[in-house]
Amino acid sequence: MSAALKRRFFEQIKCLFGAEPQKPALIEERALQVHQLKRMTNKAELAAAKEMHRAREKHHSWRNRRWAALILVNLLFVVSYGFDIQILEGALTASRFIGFHLIDLNSALQVMLAHKHIITNLLIGTGTVLVLWILLGGRSFCSWVCPYHLLAEWAEKLHLFLVQKKLVSDTPLDRRWRSASWVIFALLALVTGYTVFEAISPTGIVSRALIYGGSWLAMLWVLALLVFEVFFVRRAWCRYACPIGLTYGVVGIVSPLRVKYTLESCFHEGDCRKVCLVPHVLDTVIKGRAVDTEVPLGPDCTRCGLCVDVCPTGSLKFEIKGLSKLL
Amino acid sequence: MNEAEEVGAGTTAAPAKPPLSKERARQARRRALRTILLGGGVFGAALSGWLPVAYAQRKRLRPPGALDEKDLLASCIKCGQCVQVCPVEAIKLADLADGFGVGVPYIEAREQACDFSCDAVQCILACPTGALTYKKPAYMAVRPGAKLAEKPILLAKQNDPEPTLNLSERIGLARLTRPESCLAIQGKGFTGPARGSAFPGKLRYVEVDRWKPIPLRDHPYDVELCDLCVQACPIKGAISIENVFAPDGRQRKMPVVHEPCVGCGVCEMVCPTEPASIEIIPGEGWRGPS
Repeated sequence: MSAALKRRFFEQIKCLFGAEPQKPALIEERALQVHQLKRMTNKAELAAAKEMHRAREKHHSWRNRRWAALILVNLLFVVSYGFDIQILEGALTASRFIGFHLIDLNSALQVMLAHKHIITNLLIGTGTVLVLWILLGGRSFCSWVCPYHLLAEWAEKLHLFLVQKKLVSDTPLDRRWRSASWVIFALLALVTGYTVFEAISPTGIVSRALIYGGSWLAMLWVLALLVFEVFFVRRAWCRYACPIGLTYGVVGIVSPLRVKYTLESCFHEGDCRKVCLVPHVLDTVIKGRAVDTEVPLGPDCTRCGLCVDVCPTGSLKFEIKGLSKLL
Repeated sequence: MNEAEEVGAGTTAAPAKPPLSKERARQARRRALRTILLGGGVFGAALSGWLPVAYAQRKRLRPPGALDEKDLLASCIKCGQCVQVCPVEAIKLADLADGFGVGVPYIEAREQACDFSCDAVQCILACPTGALTYKKPAYMAVRPGAKLAEKPILLAKQNDPEPTLNLSERIGLARLTRPESCLAIQGKGFTGPARGSAFPGKLRYVEVDRWKPIPLRDHPYDVELCDLCVQACPIKGAISIENVFAPDGRQRKMPVVHEPCVGCGVCEMVCPTEPASIEIIPGEGWRGPS
């Protein structure tokens, strides 16, 4: 890893906790050269090239794969109970995959802090999930598994449509609030002795509603969240509030699975930033910002692949750290 | 006021800030305010979950092996694995009306009681966090009267080498809450399905099929003196019909609950009167023969 990338690595951790991305203080020489070359390119030529790339047919291959995976996982929960096939028993807060305990990290944290008593099964399940998501990309839990994410993604489409029609406007909030919420919910569990966050966690609520049915009142709360996201703040819960996302974000810091940005081929159209749930991880695509010729996206990236789909030049790609060298 | 501020900024701070940053600062302030308001709203929503816990109208009957209410709510991870293993689907998960208790398992005994059809309290086995447990950690207090004198003997497996259930505390206690409506006390018999022909609740009848609970409606009774609660009780020696003397001196029959009662609620489910004459008092302890 180059010195500039190392620096960016830590900057991106700060961004995960809510800091705004800054203009890089250190840029590798080879990246500077590319930036320089891009400035020298004829503007008309560049615009023509951009148009050509953008005219390419839009595809949604990663989005479709992701939706399929998300629906499949949640369906597996549903049929495991509904048809008693017992493959993935439980709900997203805690489950058993063919007998092996899986415990959601944030739910485990809430229970451990509230109850102050830890049993072996809980530790084993938490460890398994930790290793699993280190391998699979941390916040990929959000976009590839969390059922609320899918609902919120659809709500986001509606929101963007309304914004386009100028019926609603986007109101960004302060991302530092997610870190505050993580700390406060942890403290609340510790002090009150109740798993306070679980009472409003849309992940747990939707997961249980899918599997066990009922829980109409809890689903009403989820609906209220979605309505709020449609009319007021784009992706409010996932972006600014959800401590689960932050927990998995921290796991993603060391994850080898990530999206990689290639500077040379990028025309800086900025399409990727428009579709992104966490556009601060894509600050590197802004003209002159990339600190190296290849830049992995930060840990807050949910690995949803929307940017990979939308990128007209293929400058954003999934990669597994180290694997490309091996192959 | 704006001008004064600008002048002030111009004299004290060395470089005068361009107006753009002023607008940005205003936006940032608004954003911070909005964030704090909405953030407060979310915590308010979350903490309002305490109200249903504090003002609970009646206690829930929890699955066997459940820790005491406060500990249960803290340790339950709200996954419903206990729901999944129950052969009679007695366990339900609470809705948000229960506040912090959302997603925590409970049993509505009148609708479907735990009849231990699984033979081994599987819900406890399924629990990943120890919220339902065979053995409470030593530092947790035992509710008065919750401790069972001995491991309860399950009638369905009383001839097995290991006839007991691995339970050390009761989850509640059966009580004849409406003696005036009890058929046994009135000396009446009962004929037909215990809860009518539409009732979906299930019960295991060892003499029918030890491994398959059947709907109550498929197992009509015909008794000269109603003793359905005693017949249905899955625990050995937990309830019996005894002779008692009424205030007028006449001898009567009456169901009497004994110490081995674990509070499973089968008697409440099967009781043919409406409402049930015998009910489970959740969390209630044994206070000696009444």
